[in-house]
Amino acid sequence: MEAFASHYSYFVTVLLMAAGLYIMIARGNLVKKLIGLSIFQTSVYLLYIAPGKLIGGTAPIVSQAYQVYSNPLPHVLILTAIVVGIATLALGLAIVVRIREAYGSIEEDEIIAADVGHGDRE
Amino acid sequence: MIAEHLPALQVVVPLAAAPLIVLLRQPGVAWALAVAASVFAFGASLVLAAEVARVGVISYAMGNWPPPWGIEYRVDALSAFMLVLVSAIGALVAPYALRSVAAELPREQHYLFYAVFCLCLAGLLGMTITGDAFNVFVFMEIASLSMYVLIALGRDRRALLASYQYLLLGTIGATFYVIGVGLLYLVTGTLNIADMAERLAQVGGTRPVLAALAFITVGLSLKLALFPLHLWLPNAYAYAPSAATALLAATATKVSVYVLLRFYFTVFGAGLVVRTLPVPEILIGLSIAAIVTASLVALWQADFKRLLAYSSVAQVGYITLGIGLASADGLTAAVVHLFNHGITKGALFMLVGGIALRAGGVNFARLQGLGRAMPVTCLGVTLAGLSLIGVPGTAGFISKWYLVLGALEAGHWWLAGLVVLTSLIAVAYVWRFVEAAYLSAPAPGAARIAEAPLPMLAVSWVLVAACIWFGFDTSFTVEGARRAAALMLGGAP
Repeated sequence: MEAFASHYSYFVTVLLMAAGLYIMIARGNLVKKLIGLSIFQTSVYLLYIAPGKLIGGTAPIVSQAYQVYSNPLPHVLILTAIVVGIATLALGLAIVVRIREAYGSIEEDEIIAADVGHGDRE
Repeated sequence: MIAEHLPALQVVVPLAAAPLIVLLRQPGVAWALAVAASVFAFGASLVLAAEVARVGVISYAMGNWPPPWGIEYRVDALSAFMLVLVSAIGALVAPYALRSVAAELPREQHYLFYAVFCLCLAGLLGMTITGDAFNVFVFMEIASLSMYVLIALGRDRRALLASYQYLLLGTIGATFYVIGVGLLYLVTGTLNIADMAERLAQVGGTRPVLAALAFITVGLSLKLALFPLHLWLPNAYAYAPSAATALLAATATKVSVYVLLRFYFTVFGAGLVVRTLPVPEILIGLSIAAIVTASLVALWQADFKRLLAYSSVAQVGYITLGIGLASADGLTAAVVHLFNHGITKGALFMLVGGIALRAGGVNFARLQGLGRAMPVTCLGVTLAGLSLIGVPGTAGFISKWYLVLGALEAGHWWLAGLVVLTSLIAVAYVWRFVEAAYLSAPAPGAARIAEAPLPMLAVSWVLVAACIWFGFDTSFTVEGARRAAALMLGGAP
């Protein structure tokens, strides 16, 4: 119980990670898969940020008044990772729009079925 | 003055060319800029390689922030070798792309292709040159995002689905990698690869370190298409535009292998990865599965481009087999095969792009009797195919030779036999092309097919010639790989 209380951010991280991966595997809807991917990536943000935070810690300001600092580096790294995540999600959604234009569906099984018929004609 | 900043310019020039191309838009100008940027990158990599051969290691502090605080660009024997491969392929694919892209993409998308091409090149070069673990992730995503776009530009609507699947799996792979790096950062408090290696040596194999190793291994295996994580690859290669396939097949998986080597042998160290954990056994097992299954699946493909894509999965198996042997000869074989397979597959996909342009597709039905209509192209495919098999006198033979030596040295004579035996499957699938092109009656209308455009043919033949050249003159490839292998096994970064 104590381990859970002191490490609960890790438990949340693992829960999000597993949930995101599960959505990607279990759902056939292409947009839902991307939502799963986004949740999965978000868990990593937490993995980096949580250990960098100290209770009562401030931003690293050089002053006599502050003694406890949070590590700023993970925050900077995750800013970059968030940008990457947004770019990935935006590109993914753009591709889904094109898939819907080309196939008229965003359900994985319908798209695969459409291609099987298409492939035979070739 | 300029030479001093060459490590930065190596990446910055292609990176800066991309937005410039988007601003200028004119297809001809876009192409010229892409060629200029990639040729510059190739020149820079040659200068850096010569410099590394002279001084050993070049360390460049980005923005003058000294490592380990700032981001360090670090060129050593291994990364210099990879830079030459990636930028050489880039410098050849860029001139090739002019005719190929003009035929395959609508005119208003041409500048976008060249912009994304430059971004992809910058990302791949950045992954290779950087000495910072998180920076590798950023460049990996730059390269991957541009690859997804390159694939989605394919004419067939299945290219969209292939791109989407690669986006999902590629992002999972990159995220696994970044989880691993995060765990290493928590343990060591640093992101600089050389610094991380020093501090990890004091920590040893604690549980977070092992978890990091597992995450990085799985993440990068997805990226480099190690069996059974290769499912994204065949469709991505088959439906992407020809020029994009040539670039991806020759460089993308190779750079991921490089990052894996970097982490196994520089960061974690051979002591942890090879001697205390069963990583070599797992790698060898998966490599054998990759070689056998992917070669057999390749044999039954109806489309020549898909056949070559499955063959790529098998060839990646030979590379990871060399890593699994983890001896001087095994690692030499792995690094040499990175290069040799890069030029062989680059040549094949370029020539296949020429056939697709003239014959309208590379289904085996369309290849019937093409040896008469496109003799120069078909001869090139056959020669590069020989290199793919590993016939003596071609580059492919050199890598297989060192692989067999490494297997015998490790006492795995059965493994040496397997390498030779599986090469026979490659004989069978290359034979399918030879049979269709030379021994079949021409399909109706085949006589009207002309030879591929000269610029495309010329650059493809540069790579075909390289496949033969590096089968005889191994001073660059084998010596470079030996130095890289010694560096990796020496443990020092």
